[in-house]
Amino acid sequence: MSDTSSYKATAFWPNDGLTDVPYNLYDDEAIYRRERERLFMGPTWNVLGLECEVPNPGDYKTSFIGDVPVVLVRAKDGTLRGFENRCAHRGALLCLERFGNARAFTCVYHAWSYDHDGNLTGVAFQNGVKGEGGMPDDFRREDHGLRRLQIASLSGLVFGSFDPAVPPLADYLGPDIVGRIRRVLPKPLKVLGYYTQTMRNNWKLYFENVKDPYHASILHLFFTTFRLNRLSQKGGIIVDDSGGHHVSYSKLDEKPGGDGDYNSAELRADTDEFGLKAPALLGGRDEFDDGITLQILTVFPGLVLQQVRNSLVVRQIVPRGVDRTDVVWTNYGFADDDEELADLRLLQANFIGPAGYISMEDGAVVAMIQRALPGTKGDTSVVKMGGDGTASQESRATETSIRGFWKAYRKIMDI
Amino acid sequence: MDVTAQHGLYHGIVSGLLADYAHCIDGDDLESWPALFTDTATYRITTAFNHAQGLPIGIIDARNRNMMEDRITALRKANIYEPQRYRHIISVVRLIDAADVASDIIQAEASFIVVRTTIDGSQDLFVSGRYLDEVDISGARPLFAKKLVVLDSDKIDTLLAIPL
Repeated sequence: MSDTSSYKATAFWPNDGLTDVPYNLYDDEAIYRRERERLFMGPTWNVLGLECEVPNPGDYKTSFIGDVPVVLVRAKDGTLRGFENRCAHRGALLCLERFGNARAFTCVYHAWSYDHDGNLTGVAFQNGVKGEGGMPDDFRREDHGLRRLQIASLSGLVFGSFDPAVPPLADYLGPDIVGRIRRVLPKPLKVLGYYTQTMRNNWKLYFENVKDPYHASILHLFFTTFRLNRLSQKGGIIVDDSGGHHVSYSKLDEKPGGDGDYNSAELRADTDEFGLKAPALLGGRDEFDDGITLQILTVFPGLVLQQVRNSLVVRQIVPRGVDRTDVVWTNYGFADDDEELADLRLLQANFIGPAGYISMEDGAVVAMIQRALPGTKGDTSVVKMGGDGTASQESRATETSIRGFWKAYRKIMDI
Repeated sequence: MDVTAQHGLYHGIVSGLLADYAHCIDGDDLESWPALFTDTATYRITTAFNHAQGLPIGIIDARNRNMMEDRITALRKANIYEPQRYRHIISVVRLIDAADVASDIIQAEASFIVVRTTIDGSQDLFVSGRYLDEVDISGARPLFAKKLVVLDSDKIDTLLAIPL
């Protein structure tokens, strides 16, 4: 199916398709503000973290939706709540710590305090001092709660939304994406550690990069150089109906028999010339019992859920201005990981992150686009690999999932 | 030798090794970097947050010298990144558990900052942190038996290609 006729040209996007993406979208302040209002604070689900990060009543985590600071908290009844991290009085940040536990949230500035639901429960000197000052008689605390979030979770992965009209999470994701999320989150989780990669580019350039299977074997030469190309021949790209979410996966041609490991001779580096001296990190365990060694999943607008062999990561994309982006990497495993598997995850973390053998190039290359933007006024990029549509494809010589992103983007941004 | 003299000697040994360490990284003599470690040495980069919380993930996690050599081979032959140089400034050394003068291992800590210069001349304070080192002095020359790099911040700008 072609989507090319579905869009009207606008001032921001002066053509009617998905294959010619205006460069203005990556450095325009008006677009950035519109994204905050319509997209991040609109009817979208944004990843906030993992349930296991806030296991007990009162546990909270500070996070972001777009660039808007928010708090995720586990209430006394065990349910998850969320609200904007901003005092209703004068607008100061309410929570500063990354994680904590609190019976109530009290602003440091004037000690206005809130319960786990975001209700305003206390106003310092509300009745004045010695009968003077204080709030007017018609001041009602219930009119000044924190702005609440919708919260939903799937397999321990927690999402938030500012928009009460957001569709239910499962409908938003669709069955294919739900299944692929469950695949890598099948049981209780354990966090293995965090780091943040700061990027000198617009957030969309990173999201497109993650959705782009075309560059993988061209830019990331680690596997090619060490002659490890044979390991992933089958695979495909799934794009959901909205276009905004995708899964890219690859698997071994044949599932090796035996003990469920894929540490077979076929996967080992050639030992001549460019071989690895310590090929242990090329091993792994077929822990989901389906032979899939790589699954990159995105949820519009800011989640990347990654399996590279046994390295599992939740990446949250946080815009920091038109030309700055933080990517927060939360490495995880499962509570019941045996010692060997727990160690494999740490070993294979060498593949990923800002120093990763197969990912270190991404941060630099998207910043190279940002640096070349000044001369692009009115120009568009060329996103035609694999046609002009957004259908799922088996070939990875395609940009279908990038076009899918712009399909969802144009709709919600109304441009 | 009395304990004070022994400590002075240890300070000198660790400082000298750290100076060689910075020299080969900052001078782009990366091939010499693994040779400053024992065969079974570990090298891991983590953050102060993960370290304090006991979270085990590494940004780089090398389990032996061969893995360090592989990292340099990959940087030279496979990974693509803009040419860049580091400049390490390393503090005076603090000995840990200095009372144990009979051991073949010196445990030491030093603070560092690294300024990164990219090909266009841009310079930034790239990272600051501390080294938690174990130096093996049983052989002909002192070598790192363990090096844990604890970064003060969680944030890494763009990429971390060259070891710290």
